[in-house]
Amino acid sequence: MGQPLRVNPILCTGHGLCAELLPEQIALDEWGYPLISDEPIPPGLRKLARRAVTDCPERALLLVKDP
Amino acid sequence: MTGSTGSVSAGLPRLLPAGGRPMELTQYLQSHGPTPYRGGPRTLIDTIESAGLTGRGGAAFPTHRKLTAVASQQGTPIVVGNGAEGEPASNKDKRLLWSSPHLVLDGLQLSAEAVGARQVHLYIHRDPHLLRRLQFALAERAAAGLDPLTVSLVTAPARFLAGESSAVVNRIEGGAALPRFTPPRISQRGVSGAPTLVSNVETLAHLALIARYGAGWFRALGTDQEPGSMLVTLRRADGSGGVEEIEIGPPIAELLRLDEHPAQAVLVGGYHGAWLPAGQARQLALHNSDLHPAGAAVGAGILAALPPDRCGLVESAMVVQYLALESAGQCGTCLNGLPRMAAALSQLADHRAAATARSAPDDLLRWSSLVERRGACHHPDGTVRFLRSALTVFADEIGLHHRGRCRADTNEPFLPVPSTAPAHKHDWS
Amino acid sequence: MTPTGSVLWYASGATGVTCLVLFSLIAILGILVNRQGRLPGLPRFAVTGLHRNLSLLMVVFLGVHIVTALAARKAPIPWLSAILPFVSGYQRFWVGLGAVALDLIVALVITSLLRDRLAPWLWRPVHWVSYAAYPVTVGHSFGSHPDIQSGWLLALTLATILAVVAAIGYRVLGAFAGTSRPQRVPEQHTLATSTMSLP
Repeated sequence: MGQPLRVNPILCTGHGLCAELLPEQIALDEWGYPLISDEPIPPGLRKLARRAVTDCPERALLLVKDP
Repeated sequence: MTGSTGSVSAGLPRLLPAGGRPMELTQYLQSHGPTPYRGGPRTLIDTIESAGLTGRGGAAFPTHRKLTAVASQQGTPIVVGNGAEGEPASNKDKRLLWSSPHLVLDGLQLSAEAVGARQVHLYIHRDPHLLRRLQFALAERAAAGLDPLTVSLVTAPARFLAGESSAVVNRIEGGAALPRFTPPRISQRGVSGAPTLVSNVETLAHLALIARYGAGWFRALGTDQEPGSMLVTLRRADGSGGVEEIEIGPPIAELLRLDEHPAQAVLVGGYHGAWLPAGQARQLALHNSDLHPAGAAVGAGILAALPPDRCGLVESAMVVQYLALESAGQCGTCLNGLPRMAAALSQLADHRAAATARSAPDDLLRWSSLVERRGACHHPDGTVRFLRSALTVFADEIGLHHRGRCRADTNEPFLPVPSTAPAHKHDWS
Repeated sequence: MTPTGSVLWYASGATGVTCLVLFSLIAILGILVNRQGRLPGLPRFAVTGLHRNLSLLMVVFLGVHIVTALAARKAPIPWLSAILPFVSGYQRFWVGLGAVALDLIVALVITSLLRDRLAPWLWRPVHWVSYAAYPVTVGHSFGSHPDIQSGWLLALTLATILAVVAAIGYRVLGAFAGTSRPQRVPEQHTLATSTMSLP
């Protein structure tokens, strides 16, 4: 199973918004780039995940649709 | 299905011309007969599946699955022969294109027929001699009316990542030879959005022979799981070596003549491969069933034996420095991690400075975990594999360096690492 | 002029100034996002969030500004002149600038709202148009309304414009320094091979 949340590392420049919006799933490494958890997103956090995807200034965050 | 299985021996050499001289078109057609077009798409794919051909570009992906994946997409496919090996320690693709261009060009046309492609490209590094040779070969074929599709020759910069499949696609589209983020896979959306088959030139050459002589012929060499022959680039401890064609699976000790030219360690798989201690390497054969459990892989068949009088840390540090400079620079983790790893390893490699680099091994392991699988391509992953193997295999050397000593007797670099200047030359033959 | 006309006229002026101030804030916030800067005490997503929300707020004020200006009838301004520059009889040039600004702002807002559905290469070049929309808006403000040319209104608008100019300076410096992008760590450690001595 792939991660539902993925980052496009080419577009990502390390703004860090995603980690603030969704700290349960995303942490920042020592250079400011996102480390995304392998855990599936709990239903309660799905809305925040969608917001993180929309708010990313580089549109680097992707939410993979459930099949 | 025409096949002259009986008239060609199943032994070596298969890809490289016997006698070593490059094969011109007339001679080629005399030896191998005309290109055995099937008359329609997909009909070759079953033969390729029976033959068990896997990609010779390093990933060893089953070729029939790649062909099927591209053929089954919507849209007219495009086929690319990838001859830009990028890896400084490898010369096999250059040699193959020089000596047996018509095998590769046949493979290109046959695979295009198999997937229903209407465009073919041949992708090579910017080498004026090779370019002229291929242009001549293509002109010969055009004069003889051999190729249904016109082959477009596309040149690539001499960069390590220029041969990465998505970089190939970008370059053919007219952009820089830099990797892309996937999805979508290039088999689905590649050059100009069309499903694209990117195949190593050696794979195409094997395909051209299998199309003539059949799966059984191909399987007469090699093992059941890894059939056929392959090209390898060897560097023995005495500096001898070069490109050879072998049956898959001989003992590494035999290939590198480790008895005559002892080594302290063997690098298997080039600069994205892994070091093995000589003792372990001596017990292994060059096929994946032996190598995978040892943490290595056959890859593109690059083997280098490190002589006892060199320092493995210095050699590895030079390689990691090169790999760091060859980063595409698109992904933050690779851009931040690789140069730091190169600097830390260089510190360890300098036995006069290593005593102060106490945290370097820990830093290296931490950064390795941070960059793995977080880039758009596999450059950080391969670099980490190489680096981790160096830290393991040369652990004793690290200890020596911490005490201010080094085992090396000479300053001369052993592994071919290009300087950072854009034009680099490396000569094996 | 009728009392209603006078009220509408002042409403148009007030909303116009509000738009200008909002636009200045939006521009500064936009530059802050680009340079990965922060507002003290606020999380990073607040910078983007404010930039977006203030933009939508400005659109509302802009709508009121245009409607009241056209309805005020201090002098006849055809409705069409809101979007088509230079067709109005009244102070044609300055009102015309307003129409230009509106067209540019509409392009900015619509492309941003539809960013995910548009071709990826489209959004950024259109967004750079904001650097043109701002001076056009400033020109329109100064030329159209005499009240803004003196007193506290002048002070207020000059202050916001100065803030934007400073922000642009910060942005330009950042482009030269390249620090908001991942920085290639300099290869300080040249390899010791050339200076290695034998043990």
